[in-house]
Amino acid sequence: MAHMTATPVLEPGQDRTMILNMGPQHPSTHGVLRVLLEIDGETIVRIMPDIGFLHTGIEKTCEAKFYQQVVPLTDRIDYLCPMTNNLCYVLAVEKLLGLEIPPKAQWMRVLMNELTRINSHLVWLGTHAMDIGALTVFLYCFREREEVLKLFDAISGQRMMTSYFRVGGVALEPPLDFFDRVRKFAGYFSSKIDEYENLLTGNPIWMMRTKGVARLSAEDGIALGASGPTLRGSGVDFDLRRDMPYSSYEKFQFKVPVKQEGDVFARYMCRVAELRESNKIVQQALDGMPEGPIKADAPGVVLPDREKMKTQMEALIYHFKIITEGFAVPAGEVYQAVESPRGEMGYYIVSDGTAKPYRVHMRAACLANLQTLPKMCEGRLIADVVAAIGSIDIVLGEIDR
Amino acid sequence: MALAPAITDVEQLKGHPAVARLLAWNPAAVEGVKFDRDEMTITVERSNIRGACALLREDPACDFRFLSDITCVDWFPAEPRFEVIYHLLSISKKERLRLKVRLDGESPAVESLTPVWAGANYFEREVFDLFGVRFTGHPYLRRLLMPEDWQGHPLRKDYPVEGYR
Repeated sequence: MAHMTATPVLEPGQDRTMILNMGPQHPSTHGVLRVLLEIDGETIVRIMPDIGFLHTGIEKTCEAKFYQQVVPLTDRIDYLCPMTNNLCYVLAVEKLLGLEIPPKAQWMRVLMNELTRINSHLVWLGTHAMDIGALTVFLYCFREREEVLKLFDAISGQRMMTSYFRVGGVALEPPLDFFDRVRKFAGYFSSKIDEYENLLTGNPIWMMRTKGVARLSAEDGIALGASGPTLRGSGVDFDLRRDMPYSSYEKFQFKVPVKQEGDVFARYMCRVAELRESNKIVQQALDGMPEGPIKADAPGVVLPDREKMKTQMEALIYHFKIITEGFAVPAGEVYQAVESPRGEMGYYIVSDGTAKPYRVHMRAACLANLQTLPKMCEGRLIADVVAAIGSIDIVLGEIDR
Repeated sequence: MALAPAITDVEQLKGHPAVARLLAWNPAAVEGVKFDRDEMTITVERSNIRGACALLREDPACDFRFLSDITCVDWFPAEPRFEVIYHLLSISKKERLRLKVRLDGESPAVESLTPVWAGANYFEREVFDLFGVRFTGHPYLRRLLMPEDWQGHPLRKDYPVEGYR
């Protein structure tokens, strides 16, 4: 376990400073992030994140699976927004195949994707507030998150590892009362956001802990590859959903919250505003949900309905062939990026014309966002590190893959 | 929707601002171009990659200010074995560009992009860790995800999926 020893990643500089080891089992590092701090009293001289404790080699595993078998793996990268990862992967494979997706499937994907964003942001808000000392918010957030997880359970049979999106569409028709349940949730959710804001936004302790803390300039953010709310909190008005739309996002009206200050408070305000916008998108998706099939008409790629399998020989053969041999994907390469709750989530897939991907690479938004940590923290106090880590919303599963 | 065939002819793609800019800068730097599935790929000669990236970053017609990603593909046993892939994004033009560098399998090494984008740091460390490609001029080229004392580079194609037992 050379990883665990005090490896010379940071040598003590002068005799004034000392090395402090934070994590990997520190509750406010959201998993297994280890941060090495060189401190002079309470002031941080240097900071270095150490990652890899959750590395599972998912990219290597993908190379040994059929294209459709990779979908459940993508859930497990970023376990707070499984459907965003599903979406990114299936969009990439569909681009490789040149497959057209029916409108209802696209709208279902947008609907579920935004519910996933709400789920992810609620976990972020609860834990981030708890890190800084506002324990109550956590309970409020998880109350609503539970409702979202119940919706996931209803539609996919799983609360967290949903695997609901499939190459060519979505897995199942939603249950009969599903849209009514979502409508009920979307109806009261904005009043719940008011509750969270009542607890935090005007709270003097919250403002003292977050305003002016862990500043990041727009130039540094872009140079370091930061994206999502981390970059928008620094005044860069860019959101892939609006600027490079995918899966019918161009048909939805929503605002992209941008703040100029670049501190923890600005990132907090961006994400809370995103919760409201996501709720709006959910309502629009419910109102405009088109009729029609939920899977593309591509017999060799999309599994046939159970009913057809029992009555039609051809459907049965296709089912058998997809399960046992997979489906061949024309040779080529694509990079597909979507706006995940944390920033630009990208999948780069190389196909060599067989039924298994030659290479799958995930561009993790968190990995790039984590690089901004030294810029945010150096010269600041130790207590601000916790606020900074919370404000970039890290998920170690995504960083380490 | 049928797939349109890929365009690989430099003459046809000269109109693309990034291709035009690179050809005007140094015709020998462009080894190949490909336009496939609405994505533009330029294969850059290996010693020119840092210069090409700095140029595309600063040029107002291209404005690729944002480095999305660096990764690698192992084409074992073919030679040149490795392809290092750079994904660039222009926030103002809302456009993406893919750059490629081909490296041989003997001692794969390419110039680091950290002087151009500080954010290349972790991406290059990851590629070094998992593929064994060296980035010359990188400030801190050590393993990122695997343990420090790990033997081999797991994402190489000659590395078994189950690992060495």
